[in-house]
Amino acid sequence: MKKQFLRVGALALASVILAGSVSLSSYAVERSYSYNYDYWGDVQDTPDFYEPCKTFTWKDLNLDKKITNPQGITAYGNFLYLCDSGNNRIIKMKSNSRESLEVVDIYDHFNGDSISGDNTFSTPTDVAISEDGNIFVADKGNARILKLDKDFNYIMEFGKPEDSSLDKDLAFAPSKIVVDTAERVYAVAVGINKGLLKYENDGTFTNFHGAPPASYNLLDYIWKKFASQEQLMKMESFVPTEYSNVYINEDGFIYACAGAVSEEDLKGGTGQNTRLLNLLGSDILVRNGVYSEGDFPVYGDIYMGSGGGMSGPSQFIDITSFPNEVFVCLDKNRGRLFSYDNQGRLLFCCGGNGNMDGYFRNPVALDHIGYDIYVLDQLDCAITVFTLTNFGELVFSAMEQFDQGKYDESLSDWQQVIKYDGNYDLAYIGIGRAYLRQKEYKTAMEYFKLKYDDENYSKAYRQYRKIWVEDHIVIIVIVLLVLFLVPTIIGKIKSIKYEFATADIFKV
Amino acid sequence: MFASLFSKEKWQRYLKSLKFALYCTTHPIDGFWDLTHERRGTYAAANTILFITILTRILRLRYTSFIFIRVYWEDLNILTYVLSILIPLGLFVIGNWALTTLFDGKGRLGQVYMATCYALTPYSLINIPLMIFSNFITTEEAQFYSVVGMIALIWVAFIGILGMSQVHEYSFGKNIIFLVATVFAMLVMIFLLMLFFSMITQGVAYFVSIAKELLYRM
Repeated sequence: MKKQFLRVGALALASVILAGSVSLSSYAVERSYSYNYDYWGDVQDTPDFYEPCKTFTWKDLNLDKKITNPQGITAYGNFLYLCDSGNNRIIKMKSNSRESLEVVDIYDHFNGDSISGDNTFSTPTDVAISEDGNIFVADKGNARILKLDKDFNYIMEFGKPEDSSLDKDLAFAPSKIVVDTAERVYAVAVGINKGLLKYENDGTFTNFHGAPPASYNLLDYIWKKFASQEQLMKMESFVPTEYSNVYINEDGFIYACAGAVSEEDLKGGTGQNTRLLNLLGSDILVRNGVYSEGDFPVYGDIYMGSGGGMSGPSQFIDITSFPNEVFVCLDKNRGRLFSYDNQGRLLFCCGGNGNMDGYFRNPVALDHIGYDIYVLDQLDCAITVFTLTNFGELVFSAMEQFDQGKYDESLSDWQQVIKYDGNYDLAYIGIGRAYLRQKEYKTAMEYFKLKYDDENYSKAYRQYRKIWVEDHIVIIVIVLLVLFLVPTIIGKIKSIKYEFATADIFKV
Repeated sequence: MFASLFSKEKWQRYLKSLKFALYCTTHPIDGFWDLTHERRGTYAAANTILFITILTRILRLRYTSFIFIRVYWEDLNILTYVLSILIPLGLFVIGNWALTTLFDGKGRLGQVYMATCYALTPYSLINIPLMIFSNFITTEEAQFYSVVGMIALIWVAFIGILGMSQVHEYSFGKNIIFLVATVFAMLVMIFLLMLFFSMITQGVAYFVSIAKELLYRM
């Protein structure tokens, strides 16, 4: 017996040593161009959702000189405005088809006299066009936002806001602007981290819009209480992160992205790199479905380790959104595009740093015409057009048809999507939701269970359970009655038997 | 050794001692006193309860609704999973015995083991029905699941604490002190074991490298 015990002990020891000594072997895997994260946060290769269609350089556009240091592009109808910031000019282009861009006009000045008398641009970084066709230019080098009519005639300009909370010595440098239907201007300015600057349509500054929450943690706070003055100077202050870019959609909601959000803040939920601001400036972005180690979903790359000279979280530099509420973010750090639906679920990510088609060296801005995405690369000085593949079209059509209430069509589209990519979680949930609407609860439950969607599963299961109980109500009642009656009857019989057995008359 | 398997008396004693575990869950003070002092518990029953507890732990991974437990099967190692229950249990039993035996504890090593295993009874008693029940509820009713699961753990801890005091014939306060001390004893043991294993692996690696060197040169 003792020997056996020893033997078992030795075996246990050996297995512990073995388990400890087997090192995790890591090997590089050739990844596809597009990928997605599954429920567990594992990277899954997917078919391409978007593919690069064509790249336009200054030669393709028949320009007189090389584009230098471009900062922004804005799409308006079929027209595309490119800020050729290095050459202090704005290039207006027309997109005839996704493979042809034609320069319509080049603006290096505007007409009419401005207050400051200077009617040229200096490092224009962004353009916004209102519903009435008025053009707003972030004239960064001249520290002003210009309001021009559609032929570049001067209307007015907005300068540095008169606000006591702003540092008087701070040079005003508006970098990104959007304008809403009432011609209110929301601007991102370098060095101002209190939110977006909001100007009324008459040019008066009203307030800071959608200030990002200041990020700090308790440990830092306690540490600060004890730190000396010099230590405090060295430490980073708890400043809210500055927005890097904005986009306004048809309904007047503003998508804002922030570039320099630290890894800890992203994973700890104290900072967000993507926000959706309503009219009051509060964040209404739905954040679920994106895998996270803690409880807080991460936007952008989940794995932030260093590799290929890049490390840290994704740094979103621009954002745009389609009418179907899908939005696309551009990551400056790894040169990738990330796209999410209105529930915050990842649709695809693709791209990377490099010189090939579809890869970037230093992407700075993106916008879209229809479903074509135009991405501007600052170093390549080129615009790359991305277009939907069959796979992407299927996903979009499945989502849109579901929203329109065409559940049969949505279902068949999602089933097509699964044929392209069996690892596409959204397709399974989409099929489940379509079945749920068609009241096929059992099938819906199976699909939700496969992809761990407990909310939808519960919805389906509640209905399924209700129907099951209604169908089997007779049996349930009978079973319950039997369960209650049988013991009482047995008890009765036993007591009668006992009385018989102990009754005096039977005693001999 | 196998003769005992066919002895009817032994079987009866085993079943009786197993049934006694149920009495211990509802009458811990009385039950655990009788467990050791009246010899109403058996090692066979203790082993069985431990086995059922481990089995419950494993089964609930698979058969609890995915609403509550989601397992990344690719990363699950059943051996380490079982050891993650057995090793803390073993450390607790040894640590507790080693400490209490120095301070008037009446319980012997086997008795501490037996009492600990008997205290685990409510865990499987509650968790097996709970596992089945979990498949019939939705996220809104999830509170029931977590509350009942919590009750099982509290119950195990409660009768475990009472059981230890009965086995060692300790007063309640002294018992609590020694249970806290046991936790520290466990930590010390883990530290020593890790030290030991890292030394062993380094020692083994030394001889392995010598062997490799020799092989290269031959």
